[in-house]
Amino acid sequence: MRSTHTQSLVLFSGDEALAQGAFEAGLEFAAGYPGTPSTEIIEHLAQFPEVNVQWSVNEKVAFEVAYAAAIGGKRSMYVSKHVGLNVAMDPLMTSSYVGVNAGFVIVVCDDPGMHSSQNEQDTRLFARAANVPLLEPSSPAEAKEFVKEAFAISERFDIPVIVRLTTRICHSKENVELAERHVQPTKPFTINMAKYVMVPRNALARHQDLMGRMAMIKIFSERSKLNIAQSGKKAIAFITSGVSYLYIKENYPDSPILKLGMPYPFPEKKVRDFCKKYKNVYVIEELEPYLEEQMRMLRMRFKTKHPSFSVGELRPEHIPVIVSGKPKPKRIVPARPPMLCLGCPHRLVFNLLKDLDVVVAGDIGCYTLGSLPPFSSLHTCLCMGAGVTFFEGLSHVFKDKKVVGVIGDSTFVHSGITGLINAAYNKAKGVVIILDNAITAMTGGQPHPAVGTTIRSEPTKKLILEDLCRVAGADHVDVIDPTDLKGLEQLLRQRIDEDALSVVIVRKPCILLVQKMKKG
Amino acid sequence: MAKAKITNIVFYGIGGQGIVTMAEVCGWAAMLAGFHVKKTEVHGMAQRGGSVESYIRFGKKVFSPLPQTATADYLICLHPEEHPRLLGELKKGGVDLFPYLEVAQKVVGDKKVFVNSFLLGVLSSYLGLEQSYWMQAMEKIFKRSLDENKAFFQQGYQAGGSL
Repeated sequence: MRSTHTQSLVLFSGDEALAQGAFEAGLEFAAGYPGTPSTEIIEHLAQFPEVNVQWSVNEKVAFEVAYAAAIGGKRSMYVSKHVGLNVAMDPLMTSSYVGVNAGFVIVVCDDPGMHSSQNEQDTRLFARAANVPLLEPSSPAEAKEFVKEAFAISERFDIPVIVRLTTRICHSKENVELAERHVQPTKPFTINMAKYVMVPRNALARHQDLMGRMAMIKIFSERSKLNIAQSGKKAIAFITSGVSYLYIKENYPDSPILKLGMPYPFPEKKVRDFCKKYKNVYVIEELEPYLEEQMRMLRMRFKTKHPSFSVGELRPEHIPVIVSGKPKPKRIVPARPPMLCLGCPHRLVFNLLKDLDVVVAGDIGCYTLGSLPPFSSLHTCLCMGAGVTFFEGLSHVFKDKKVVGVIGDSTFVHSGITGLINAAYNKAKGVVIILDNAITAMTGGQPHPAVGTTIRSEPTKKLILEDLCRVAGADHVDVIDPTDLKGLEQLLRQRIDEDALSVVIVRKPCILLVQKMKKG
Repeated sequence: MAKAKITNIVFYGIGGQGIVTMAEVCGWAAMLAGFHVKKTEVHGMAQRGGSVESYIRFGKKVFSPLPQTATADYLICLHPEEHPRLLGELKKGGVDLFPYLEVAQKVVGDKKVFVNSFLLGVLSSYLGLEQSYWMQAMEKIFKRSLDENKAFFQQGYQAGGSL
C-alpha cells in the first residue's frame, strides 16, 4: 500500500497547502498581517525566495500593496483572518469594480468557535457584499487546488477572488502532493484611467461592467466542477460547503451531496436541479445561513439546522442531530484556560494596574489575558487599536474615574497610531501604555516595523516608537523596563495624576522570544 | 458498504508539552506507511499554558479531521490533571496509554523532553506500522537529539503491552 511518491508527499496543514498551491500557481507577491488561523500562510510563503513576501503594517495596507502588485502584472495574494478583512474593506469594496491585471487572490480565514478571535463573522456574506467570487475548500488538499483555480478565475473574468478557509481547515493536516511551480508571464501594465481611476464617472461604468462580469461568473459557477453534485442512494440529500461536507460524509457516506466549492455567485440552476431530484434535502453550513438565504430566494423546499447551530463550530457528531431537527447539544469538556506565561513582562504591569484605581481600556494580543484572574485588570477589548481610542472616548466622559489605555507594540503600529494622533488633536489627557515586547507575540512571534527586521529576518529601517509618539503629540513619552517595579509604579502614578497626554512605553522582550534566542 | 477501518488517536496535555509535535510524528509515520492521514488540534491559545488536544485519524480514506465523540482507539495524555478531561473520548475497547506516563518519566529521569518519544514508542507497539516509518518520521520532525529520541522510542516500544 506504500505510496510511490514519497518524495513529493507531505503532511501539510490547510495554511501550508494553500501557500504551496499559490506558489505552484506562480505567485510572485504576497502581503498580510498575522492573525490566527491565517498566520502560517504568509510564514510558509516566506521560505520561497521566488516570492516577494511581507508582513504589512495592517490589513488595509497589505491588501492595497498586494493588489497593486497584481495590477502591476504579477500574480499576487492578500492573506488575513476574518476580522482582518474588516480593516481592508475599503479597498475590497472597490476592487471588484476595478478588476485585475494579473490574478489577485484574497485569502480569508474565518474562526468558527472563536478559537482565538473576538467574533465569528462569516466571510461568505462579505463576498456577496463586495461582488467578489468566493471559493471554499473543504480540506488542505483542496485548498491547494482551489487557490490555483482562484487565480485562473481572477484572470479569466478580470476580478479579485476570495478563498475562504476556516480554522478547522487551516490547522488540520493531511497528505498533500507537491507539484512543480508554473511561473506566469508578466502582464504588462498599460495606462487605463477608465479602469484604474475610480472617480464617479469611471466607477459608474465599472460598476455596470462588474454586473456583466458577475453574470458571466455565475454561468461559470453553474458549470464548474467546484460545485459538484454527487449522487447516492439514500432518501436524504445534502447541500453544503466547506468543512461541513466532510462531517456529512463521515455520517452519511452514501447520501447524495451537492458540494458548493464556489458558493458565490450562487449556482441557482444546479441547486434547483439537485432539489428536483431529491425529496428530502438538508442544507448544512457553519455559522451564517448564507446558502439557506440563497435557497429561500429561489423558493426551494429544504430543511436546515436548528438556529442554535449558528453559534460556534460544527462538529461531526452534530450532523445527525441537525437532521433530527433538535437543538445543538451542550458539549461539556472544561478546558484549562490560557494565561500569561510565567516570566512574561506583561504580568508585572497588570499586577501593578490592579493596585491603581483605574479603568483599563485594553486591546488585542497576549495582554488581553490581563482580563483574567489573578490580574483581572483589563476592562475593555473590542478590536485592534481600541486600546487607544477607548482610552480617549472614556476619558472624555469620565468625571471621577481615571482611564489607562493598554496596547501592544505590534497592535500600536497596526492601528494605535491614528488613535494617538486623534487623542492629541482632541486634547485628551491621561496615559497610554505601550506594552513593547518587541514582537507580535500572540500569533507566535512575527516581526513588525518597530522590531527592525523583515519577515525573512533581514535588518530593515526600524520604527522608533518613542519618536513617533512625540511627533503624534504626546506631552510626555517615557520608556521603562517593567522589572523596575518601583520606578514603574512611581511613574504611572505621577503620569495618571498629571493634566497631560502621556505615553509610557514598557519595554522588555517577550519571554518566549528570549527563550528562542537562547536556543538559537 | 462496509465502513473501512479508521484508527483514531487523541494526544492531549497542556501548552508547551510537545503534544502537537508528538501527533505530527505519528501522522508522518502513518502517511509514510501509505495511509490517508488527518490531524487536527484544539489549541486556541495553547502557548499560554492552556489545554491542548491533537487528534490523528488514519485509514484508507478519512473524511472528517475531527473524530466523532467516544471513538478514540488510543488516548495519550501527558498531564495527570488533564487526564480525566477527555476520558470520555475513548471508545469501548479502546486503550488508554496514560499508565505509561509514569513508566516513561521513570525511564527518562532528568531528560524530561524524551517522555514523548518513549510514549510514541509505546503507541507504535499497538499500531502495527513498520518501525522504519517511525524512524523516518522522527528524522523529519526532530531537528535535535535525534539519536536519543530514537533510543527512548525503542525503549517505549519494548515497554508497550507490559501494563
